[in-house]
Amino acid sequence: MTEARTMTINMGPQHPSTHGVLRLVLELDGEVVVRCTPHIGYLHTGMEKIAESKRYQQVIPITDRMDYLAPLSNNLAYVLAVEKLMGIEVPPRAKVIRVMMTELTRIGSHLVWLGTHAIDIGAMSVFLYAFREREQILDMYEQVAGARMMSSYFRVGGLFADLPERFEETVRSFVTSFPDRLAEYENLLTANPIWIQRTKGVGVIKPEDAVDLGMSGPNLRACGVPWDIRKSHPYSGYEQYSFEISRGTHGDVYDRYLCRMFEMRQSLAIVRQALEHLPDGPIAVQDPKVTPPPKPMVKKSMEALIHHFLLWSEGFRTPVGEVYQSIESPKGEFGVYLVSDGSNIPYRVHFRAPSFVNLQALPRMAEGRLVADVVAIIGSIDIVLGEVDR
Amino acid sequence: MDDLKEANAEENLTVWKLRERFPEAILSTKSFRNEITIVVKPSEISRVCRHLKEEPELRYDFLSDLTAVDRLREHPRFEVVYHLYSLQFKRRVRLKVLVEEGEAVPSVTQVWGTADWHEREVYDMFGVGVEGHPDLRRILMPEDWEGHPLRKDYPVQASPKWWEEGGER
Repeated sequence: MTEARTMTINMGPQHPSTHGVLRLVLELDGEVVVRCTPHIGYLHTGMEKIAESKRYQQVIPITDRMDYLAPLSNNLAYVLAVEKLMGIEVPPRAKVIRVMMTELTRIGSHLVWLGTHAIDIGAMSVFLYAFREREQILDMYEQVAGARMMSSYFRVGGLFADLPERFEETVRSFVTSFPDRLAEYENLLTANPIWIQRTKGVGVIKPEDAVDLGMSGPNLRACGVPWDIRKSHPYSGYEQYSFEISRGTHGDVYDRYLCRMFEMRQSLAIVRQALEHLPDGPIAVQDPKVTPPPKPMVKKSMEALIHHFLLWSEGFRTPVGEVYQSIESPKGEFGVYLVSDGSNIPYRVHFRAPSFVNLQALPRMAEGRLVADVVAIIGSIDIVLGEVDR
Repeated sequence: MDDLKEANAEENLTVWKLRERFPEAILSTKSFRNEITIVVKPSEISRVCRHLKEEPELRYDFLSDLTAVDRLREHPRFEVVYHLYSLQFKRRVRLKVLVEEGEAVPSVTQVWGTADWHEREVYDMFGVGVEGHPDLRRILMPEDWEGHPLRKDYPVQASPKWWEEGGER
């Protein structure tokens, strides 16, 4: 018998390590992966189609549901795109709060990644620790927006509401306690021989391959390509903050781990700076065509009532044109491509989801490796299927 | 965000370089909110892309995004949109190719590997064929799905017939 004997198995769509509904068809030679074919679409909900039937402000809650671990990052990319289309500049206070909240979001998203990635590889306790701290971030979401996960806190033109009383203290206490927590996670993993064995030299991707495959975010930076949109095309005032870009060298699972751990520290530094320099002032543009008038005004002023009525019944119109706005989300380049035909409903909305693009690199990283490595590699790419399938 | 003045597309280095190299392939250019859009002849798109990627002064080595827009009732009906990025020069440019229903666009998978899934999505969602794609299958919808959901004549709210009739697929 000389014929090659391989076995084909389905990993997923309900495998715990696929983080949602991802199906991988693995062709195995013994325990070695010969071919890996991802099948996606199980969570496809037609978000782009729905967005094309909603008024501009109504699209925001849809964006929450893409990368549901980083709802505020998605909100930010979308509102920035609409603001760019309309030529709106939001007030400084709104900008700083947006930065602060999205950086907390980055920490929250990385914490879920850390916990689930570690549990995939077998380190149970990290998960419990990481989710303990993430809970604090979810509490902050609840305080500002009223919802723990689908926060929809940002609006075109600014924010839904100002920060609640004593919120700054909440953030400050988190910022003070979190460095010790990070050290705790690192104590458990960074020098742990099992962790190192499972991650070092696993899932290696070369920088030129990563660029060719369009990888972005920590996945790209772990290969040594220092591209961060917050630095290369600062949005929402990122040019005013001092922070460093994470950078790896080997492009393996371990370097991706180090990059994200580093990023959490940097995000913390940004949050700290945002807290220090939080300006006073309005939290949304003072344009009644975009921002609803304050409720007491509606009862007293005829104009305010008209604006209120028009905003809730018709929304606002945008100039004819198209824009592409991308931000550095926790997963990578999150882009929004908006096409407007001049009406109050976007003609076309496309979301460039980093998870969708990053996942495409999985076969190149997994082929030739063991099945057990596939689990480690999926975890290290940090995908969210809500965003992959949209 | 507040654009002080709109850039002139024709003064843009990328446009200028492309016009010099491919005088026939560039159909029109436009600048909106300081984003440059270049409409390219469908047959030339992969050559133009390769040039943009390899030309040392341009180096658009990163394909950020590839998608399509359905301009129902316009001719040609579909716009296939490419968002290119240069990691070295930190520049963006948007390319567009206009195709009629039933026509295919040439694949750019040979230029950027990442185009693979994007082009499958364009095919799946719009029914725009991609010529020279290594593995053109639906990607988000089931393989036996009928219709292309992001077309403008596809309803936002509707169920497939077999579902309405309560039968088996």
